[in-house]
Amino acid sequence: MKRKRVLMKGNEAVVRGAIAAQCRAFFGYPITPQNEVPEYMSKYMPEAGGVFVQAESEVAAINMVYGAAAAGIRAMTSSSSPGISLKMEGISYLAGAQLPCLIVNVQRGGPGLGNIAPSQSDYFQAVKGGGHGDYNLYTFAPWSVQEMFEHPALAFDVADRYRGPAMILTDAIIGQMLEPIEIPSEVSVDIPPKPWATTGAKGRRRNSITSLYIVPEDLERINLEIQENYRLAKEREVRYQEFETQDAELVLVAYGCMARICRTTMNMARRKGLKVGLFRPITLFPFPEKEISMLAQAGKRFLVAEMSAGQMVEDVRLAVNGASEVYFHGRLGGVVPSAVEILEEVEKVMSRPFLTSPMTAVAKDSLAHGCTTTGGDGG
Amino acid sequence: MELVFKRPEALSDVTMAYCPGCTHGIAHRLVAECLGELGIIERTIGICPVGCSVFLYEYMECDVIEAAHGRAPAVATGVKRCLPDSVVFTYQGDGDLAAIGTAEIIHAAARGENITVVFINNTTYGMTGGQMAPTTMPGQETTTTPGGRDPKVAGNPIKVCELLASLDGTAYIARASLASPAKVMKAKKAIRTAFQIQLENRGFSLVELLSSCPTQWGMSPLQALKHVDEVIEPFFPLGEFKKPN
Repeated sequence: MKRKRVLMKGNEAVVRGAIAAQCRAFFGYPITPQNEVPEYMSKYMPEAGGVFVQAESEVAAINMVYGAAAAGIRAMTSSSSPGISLKMEGISYLAGAQLPCLIVNVQRGGPGLGNIAPSQSDYFQAVKGGGHGDYNLYTFAPWSVQEMFEHPALAFDVADRYRGPAMILTDAIIGQMLEPIEIPSEVSVDIPPKPWATTGAKGRRRNSITSLYIVPEDLERINLEIQENYRLAKEREVRYQEFETQDAELVLVAYGCMARICRTTMNMARRKGLKVGLFRPITLFPFPEKEISMLAQAGKRFLVAEMSAGQMVEDVRLAVNGASEVYFHGRLGGVVPSAVEILEEVEKVMSRPFLTSPMTAVAKDSLAHGCTTTGGDGG
Repeated sequence: MELVFKRPEALSDVTMAYCPGCTHGIAHRLVAECLGELGIIERTIGICPVGCSVFLYEYMECDVIEAAHGRAPAVATGVKRCLPDSVVFTYQGDGDLAAIGTAEIIHAAARGENITVVFINNTTYGMTGGQMAPTTMPGQETTTTPGGRDPKVAGNPIKVCELLASLDGTAYIARASLASPAKVMKAKKAIRTAFQIQLENRGFSLVELLSSCPTQWGMSPLQALKHVDEVIEPFFPLGEFKKPN
C-alpha cells in the first residue's frame, strides 16, 4: 500500500482518519483545545461528499449525531471536557437506542470550566458511563498523532459491530502536537448492513429507533442485549501494548500521552539498571484486565501514572485484585508530570521491600484503599 | 356498500393511549392523511418528542425516531441533512418545543432546515400531570401555578409562531385550531401546505395546533374545546404568519 508521510496536528489527523473511515457526517461546536476538528471538518467533510453542521450547542450537536446515526450514516462529534459533559444526555440516548457513532474528547483541565491544559480527568466519565443508565462507551486512547489518524476506523468498526457509541479519549497534548505521520492511500473499514436504520419504510415494515421501553421486562431485555455486546467486546476487542514487561519488577501503567512520558521514564530507569516495563491500555473500555492480572500473577508491582487524581488506577486495582501492589502518581488541573518526576516515584517504590505476598495482598488492599497524588499505598 | 371513511394508510391499527377528548388523535390523523395524500409515507421519517405523544412511533406506519426531550429539531437536522430526499417531520408539544427545546427549534428554523414541525399547544404539560408550560395563559391554574400563572412571578407565555416568523430561515409558519370540524379542515390544509413546502425544498415549515387537554384542565371534552375557542384562540390568534410569496 502506498503511504504518504506528512507533518500533522493530532486534531487534523483525527479528522483525516474519520473521513478515511467513511465518516460522512460531523456536527460540532467550538471549544478549545479541539477547535481544529470542526474547522478541518468544515473543509474536508463537504469535499468528501459528507455533511457538516456547526450546531447551536453541544447538546444539539450530539442529537444531530443521533439523527445521522439513526439514518445509518457514520456520524461523529468532537468536543473537550465541559462540552462532553453537555453531550452526556445524548450519549445515554445513543447507548439506549443502540446507535453507533464516534465522539472525540480532547480533554482539558477540570472540574468546571477548568482550563485548556491537557488532562486525563474524564476517564471515569468516558469508561464508566457518564450519562444515566447502564452503559459503557467503547473507548480508545491514542498516544500519537499517527493513532489519532488510525483510531477513528477502529472505533467506528467497533461501534458498528456492537451497535453503540464509541469514544476517542485524547487530550490537549495529542490534539495540539505536530508529528510526522504516515497516511495510507486507503483505510480498510468494516461497515455491516444496517437494516434497523430509519431511512424510509420502502419495501419493508416501518423501523423505529427508541430507548423507551415502558414495560420493565422489555427494558431489561434490551439492557441484557447491550450487556451481551459489552461481554463480546471484552472477549474480542481489547487492545494494549507492552514494553519490556517480561523481566520487569515494576510495570508502569499509563495511557495516551502519559504513556509516552512513561516510556521515557522506563528508558531512563533501564539505563540505571532498574527493571522497569510499561503497559499501555489502548482500549480503556474494554479494559485489558486479563493481561494486567497475568502480570500481577507473575509477581510484578505496578505504578500507575495519570493526569488525574487517580481514575484508571481503580481499573488496574480491580484487575490486580490484591495479587500485587499498585502505586499511583498523578498531577491535577492540567499539570503534566515529567519523566524525571515519575522516575523519582519509580525509585521510591523499587527501594521499598515487596510487602505483598498473595496471601496478605487482599487484606492490605482493603486497608489501604485510598491513594494520594504523591505516593503509593504500598507501605 | 361504498366505503366513505377509513383509517389513513399511515395510521397504525392500534388503540392510542390518549385521554378521552384529547386532540392528539386528530392531529395524528391529519398528519397521516397528508402523508398518504402526498404519497410520501415510504420516504418519511418522523421524530417524536418526550411528552404525551412519545408513543407516536407505535401509531404511525412510517419510520419514526424517538428523540430526547426538546431535541427533535436537532435529530431531524441530522436525518434530513444525511438523507436529503427523505421527508422529515417532528411532532412536539409545547414543553418540548418552547421550554427545554427552545434553542433547538430556533436554530433549526434560523438555519432554514428543510423539515416540517407539527407543534401541539395545549398550554400545559399533559403527561407529567398538568404543570405550567411555556404557553400557559396568564391566570391559568396548573399544578405549579396553583393560584393561576402570575406573569410577575412565573413569566409570560411564548407565542412561538410570532417568534419564529421573524427568522429569515422560515418558509411557512401557521397556527390552526383543532376545536371544531371546520377548524380541523383548515388545520389539515396548513399541515399539507407545510409538507408541500418541504417537498419543494423551500425551507423550514411549522404548524402550531391549538389543542385541548381536558384531563389536566379539569374540564369535560366539550368544555375543553369551548375553552380553546373562547380563551386560548383570542390569545394565540390563528393564521399564516409566514408563507412563501
